[in-house]
Amino acid sequence: MGQVDQTTNRQSGAQLRSKAREVEGHVITFPADEPLELDCGTPLGPFSLAYQTYGELNKDASNAILICHALTGDQHVANIHPVTDKPGWWEIMVGPGKPIDTDRFFVICANHVGGCMGSTGPMSENPETGKPYGLDFPVITISDMVRAEARLLDHLGVDQLFSVVGGSMGGMQVLEWAASYKERVFSAIPIATGARHSSQNIAFHEVGRQAVMADPEWCGGRYIDEGKMPRKGLAVARMAAHITYLSDDALHRKFGRNLQDREKISFGFDADFQVESYLRHQGYTFVDRFDPNSYLYMTRAMDYFDLAADHDGELSKAFEGTPTRFCCVSFTSDWLFPTEETRTVVQALNAVAANVSFVEIETDKGHDAFLLDEPELADAVSGFLSAAARKRGLKLNAELEDAELGS
Amino acid sequence: MNMQNSNLQASRIDLLLMSEMVNPGSRVLDVGCGDGTLLRILSETRDVDARGIELQQSGVNQCVARGLSVVQGDADTDLVNYPDNAFDFTILSQTIQATHRPRDVLEQLLRIGKHAIVSFPNFGHWRVRSQILFRGRMPVTENLSFSWYDTPNIHFCTIKDFVALCDELDAKVERCVALNAQGQRLGVKIPLFMQNLVGQQAIFLLTR
Repeated sequence: MGQVDQTTNRQSGAQLRSKAREVEGHVITFPADEPLELDCGTPLGPFSLAYQTYGELNKDASNAILICHALTGDQHVANIHPVTDKPGWWEIMVGPGKPIDTDRFFVICANHVGGCMGSTGPMSENPETGKPYGLDFPVITISDMVRAEARLLDHLGVDQLFSVVGGSMGGMQVLEWAASYKERVFSAIPIATGARHSSQNIAFHEVGRQAVMADPEWCGGRYIDEGKMPRKGLAVARMAAHITYLSDDALHRKFGRNLQDREKISFGFDADFQVESYLRHQGYTFVDRFDPNSYLYMTRAMDYFDLAADHDGELSKAFEGTPTRFCCVSFTSDWLFPTEETRTVVQALNAVAANVSFVEIETDKGHDAFLLDEPELADAVSGFLSAAARKRGLKLNAELEDAELGS
Repeated sequence: MNMQNSNLQASRIDLLLMSEMVNPGSRVLDVGCGDGTLLRILSETRDVDARGIELQQSGVNQCVARGLSVVQGDADTDLVNYPDNAFDFTILSQTIQATHRPRDVLEQLLRIGKHAIVSFPNFGHWRVRSQILFRGRMPVTENLSFSWYDTPNIHFCTIKDFVALCDELDAKVERCVALNAQGQRLGVKIPLFMQNLVGQQAIFLLTR
């Protein structure tokens, strides 16, 4: 792994922090006397949320769609990413004329609290010490993230979301939104997710966290103060996690047993195989854009998520009386959030006679399929949103003006 | 739309008859909704809150892409998840003969819905009877086009059989419409044994 190390720009925590500060976009800061009440009991204040918006909010504020990003995603859904210079992570789905059409909808995406792309997280300065929080940052839950987003919507003047959409951890937030703020969610699209994190998924997260914490440069979480960075630990965590985002078939299709830049095996521990080289690349590019402590907090938030447990062990109670229209999506080769997890959610929704659609998409691309070009996903999302817009009687600003003139 | 309607009239008159049984503005669950044709007729002509369950994933995905609220599910196993009286109408269109436990399915339909609408091919039709009687072979007709070894239809019944099942379940038959081979409605005054002989399909509107 040392070899790859040399090819990657070394970057300290402080550098990553300053890069995140340079991010273009919006930041809202809630003052210390309006803290975020966290599930762990500690109020967090002041706190900031960095967010992006696309499109225009219509006059009756009825066309807002909140996108909830996944574990290591961020608010840069549909613009060039300021740190990586790559296209936004969901440009395939979000933009003018795309299934989440920014000509029609006002799209909002916020970096989750606890994140590292401008929102308050373990990398931020602890007002009590003047130093980065590190592990003094309180543990954040999925519902804490949702509560913070609700504050953002209050600020933006959005009472009811036309839709809330997200995959994986973002999908957990979608479910939490629908359960906690029933009247604020007209429609919801949870994708490749579940109502709780499974034991196997917690196990994978623990491997990742242990990899980070085993790196001597982690320094008990104080690497920024020490001018260090647990790059190797975080890279290994990402490598292990990345395998769970793909599938056996997808890996085999992409790499097989092909060798990397060589004719025969080296009888050593270089990256002989393409798949090794690919994973190392995934690991090391990740380190350039993500804070190791934030990774610990984000994975923990997912582990703690159990929507049924929050409702006397009965998932359907979470959705009792829901007015929301749901479109649940899963992928056949997703072994991180298998279809059964989504089916459990659908059954709970059926048990309260909710308006629910459920699409399982045949693909070999695994969990990451939700980020990729899956025409059936695009068709389901755009068909569902169009029908929901008709039900909602959604109008663009121009149409609202016409209506005013006519009256 | 007219064009579509005339095509529909040619193919599935039973769908139009069923949609006429549904009160406007009601909540409907179509069990075995296929590609969503009936759901669309219902949404467009009866302004209902229409939902569907379909076994085949391809059908489900088509429906959702058209903006219909459909879940993948199995009539035999998944109806138990729904609460009592969740819908004004439950519909089982040309599906009961393909279920493993038609009696249980019908009970569930009557539990979930205040009304149940069931349509099925009538195995008592004279062509069916004559094929068994004179050819000694399992019937293959235009309406029942499968051979015995590849048919998804595993629980055929006649109109009389269905009426008997309704009796057993204490279900009240509010309406019964039999259609002839041309898809035309048979007169209401025709006695049951004649409907059972010349009706190729039947549509029942039931309540508990």
